[in-house]
Amino acid sequence: MLEGLATGFTTALSLQNLAFLLTGCVAGTFIGMLPGLGPMTAIALMIPIAASLDPVAGIIMMAAVYYGAIFGGSTSAILINAPGVASTVPTALDGYPLAQQGQAAKALRVAALASFSGGIIAALFLLLAAPTLAKVSLAFQSSDYFALMILGLVCVAAFAGPGGMLKALLMTVIGMMLATVGTDQTQGIPRFTLGSVDLIDGISFLLLVMATFALAEALLNILGKTGASGRTLNPVVMGGDRLSKSEVRDISPPVVRSSVLGFFVGLLPGAGATIASFLAYGTEQRLDRKPLPDKDKQGRQPFGQGSLKGLAAPEAANNAAATGSFVPLLTLGLPGSGTTAIMLGALIAYGIQPGPMLYVSSPEVFWSVIVSMWVGNIVLLFLNLPLIPYIAKILYLPRQLLMPLVLFFSLVGVYLVSFNTFDLFLMILLGLAAVAMRLLDYPMAPMILGFILGGLIEENLNRALLIHDNSWAFIWERPLTLTILMLALLVLLAPLVSGLVRRKHQTPAD
Amino acid sequence: MVFITAVTLGLISSLIPPGLAWADEQTAATPNTAALARLHLLIPGAAGGGWDRTARGTGEALTKAGLVETVTYENLSGGGGAKAMAHLIANTPQDTLMVNSTPIVVRSLQKVFPQSFRDLVPIASIIGDYSVIAVREQSPHENLPDLLSTLRRSPRALAFGGGSVRGGTDHIFAALVAQGAGLDATAVKYIPYDAGGKAMAGLLSGEVQALSSGYSEVLDLAQQGWIRILCIAAEQPLSHAPDIPTCASAGAPGATFVNWRGFFAPPGTSAEQARIWQNLLKVLQTTPSWAAVQQRYGWVNLYHPGDEFFKVLEAQENMLQGLLSKLGFL
Repeated sequence: MLEGLATGFTTALSLQNLAFLLTGCVAGTFIGMLPGLGPMTAIALMIPIAASLDPVAGIIMMAAVYYGAIFGGSTSAILINAPGVASTVPTALDGYPLAQQGQAAKALRVAALASFSGGIIAALFLLLAAPTLAKVSLAFQSSDYFALMILGLVCVAAFAGPGGMLKALLMTVIGMMLATVGTDQTQGIPRFTLGSVDLIDGISFLLLVMATFALAEALLNILGKTGASGRTLNPVVMGGDRLSKSEVRDISPPVVRSSVLGFFVGLLPGAGATIASFLAYGTEQRLDRKPLPDKDKQGRQPFGQGSLKGLAAPEAANNAAATGSFVPLLTLGLPGSGTTAIMLGALIAYGIQPGPMLYVSSPEVFWSVIVSMWVGNIVLLFLNLPLIPYIAKILYLPRQLLMPLVLFFSLVGVYLVSFNTFDLFLMILLGLAAVAMRLLDYPMAPMILGFILGGLIEENLNRALLIHDNSWAFIWERPLTLTILMLALLVLLAPLVSGLVRRKHQTPAD
Repeated sequence: MVFITAVTLGLISSLIPPGLAWADEQTAATPNTAALARLHLLIPGAAGGGWDRTARGTGEALTKAGLVETVTYENLSGGGGAKAMAHLIANTPQDTLMVNSTPIVVRSLQKVFPQSFRDLVPIASIIGDYSVIAVREQSPHENLPDLLSTLRRSPRALAFGGGSVRGGTDHIFAALVAQGAGLDATAVKYIPYDAGGKAMAGLLSGEVQALSSGYSEVLDLAQQGWIRILCIAAEQPLSHAPDIPTCASAGAPGATFVNWRGFFAPPGTSAEQARIWQNLLKVLQTTPSWAAVQQRYGWVNLYHPGDEFFKVLEAQENMLQGLLSKLGFL
């Protein structure tokens, strides 16, 4: 392994490859920052350039673009509440309130540091045990995925916001209903398409996020209202971007926990970075001991209103998951997400077949990709930290200029996916609905969560039932399924039980 | 994740400048035919998929061999190919060919779209991917007869995974094998996954005991000893893989199935123009640039021009009609 590592370092650190790494990081960050354009767009843009390079350089550059875009993606979520990628939706929940409170620079810094830690921790795992971890990727069967998605769904309470639980549940159901539009995954039958060819492929995820976040945000801004709470935008105060020691101490455990969680979720070809970041946010919200109504003594904000923990956890998790997803890709040739599917296509076009033998047959590719993850994360950190004050200045742009730009990028981003004008009409319709709902304090994140999980729950449950001849016995027959479901039950009941216990303890005292 | 994949793939397609993808400037000596000035390839699916790869691979070989000066691509995904088909029929664009494959026949039969290959001008099939049945390395089933005897004892004892929906090509092939072996095709336990890769993960995780897939998709893991190919749906064993028996010879007579990929022209294309394109694709298969692309993707040549192609389509349609109605999908 050390030999391989040495090969990896010498290859990845050659001047030429470093140059491509840097180019990739810069390009990825920049593209990722634009609302509506995420890692997939960034990689797609790079493919023609990467194709002319030798395989190692090309893969290093594409991987760099990938992390760069994930890195940059949180910027638009934090600054203008326009997550360009699914996995940064939880980032916006606390990042955007922070930006509104004039702490944009600090928020960006926390996001950068958390992403960095997530990436580094995950790359370490990858380095130590990639071939062994392939077994983890294969340990999950459909019923386990079903249980995992249920666990994710239980986390919805974390995303309730000021509207309360009932509204959050309603939005989750709406999200799950939207996920049923289109061709059904098992029988191939079109559902709820209203006879329209345009709906046969379902509603695209990007479209839904862009409509309910970016578009709705811009429209709310025009109405003079913004944020889920309906507060008007503060005059921008930049604030320092330094973190105090106690803040660092505060966010470190969530970052480490979320990185590990993110990495393992990333290993599963059927899960991915989005589920990782939602799970991490939900977990940390649960673990947060002080659900105080307002700022506590040390000036910490509760989740959903600008918690640094709430910002750091999903950022660490999504970057760790992105790295984790390289395990099934490189060791089994199984892509877990759209982005890794593109990477797989690119590898094959180079004549490299990822699989169990990759690190034997092309060690220089295997190891230099892993080393480039480290180098890439370091480059990104040093590239981005000094730039933060300038990036945060985007908020200084006059609203008359910023809002049209947001509208422009979100509409163009969606159109570029399908080249279908129907999508634009659908987006505007959903955007208007989102504006009305947000004015009434209906939270959007639970809908996104319901939308992502709804389809996966249905698909995996359907498959599990088919395999077990329509018997539900798999729930208790497969230990992994049972364990995850019990965990979900625990998460669901814990607040009720602890509430009861607290009441019992308090009654005699009162 | 499907949504995301679809999004991604669509994106790439739209962003890659036409003709740029994976092609470089190198141009080989022009063979005897005069080079065509331009060819536009319509891809009914997203970038990164099988149709996309076929079109871009063919385009790359065409330009490198100097047979066509510029090849442009257009991804028009939607409705399982319905959108591109409707576009081709309604607008009859110039210099345009649409790539397609076996699912066009399946989807026409299932009325996913009202048109069929009869509404287009079939130019030629160019490559084919034979279906295979594969099992995990540690599976107790050493060969197809083993697997079939287990099924004969208890038809629901084995689950077949595949990367298509129920009633799709992978399901059809599993049913075809059962039918060929004299078993009840409707009793086959087929588990759909949303992509071939996910189905492979299902096989490796032990969730399903057998996999119905395309030869090119399972080739690498088979070479690395993770899975075992029990039989291939070709008429003769492949020349480069003589050890894999055909399904027909291994106990499932009649189980031949190829997922062809080929090109179609808009309705109203003149016979003369169609012949030019047929000839173009025929000449292409003799060039070194085609051999390079073919080897990269593990493609097997399957060239049937014009009327011959039409007959292949009719035969496949006939077979599918019978099987799908037996399975209850029509």
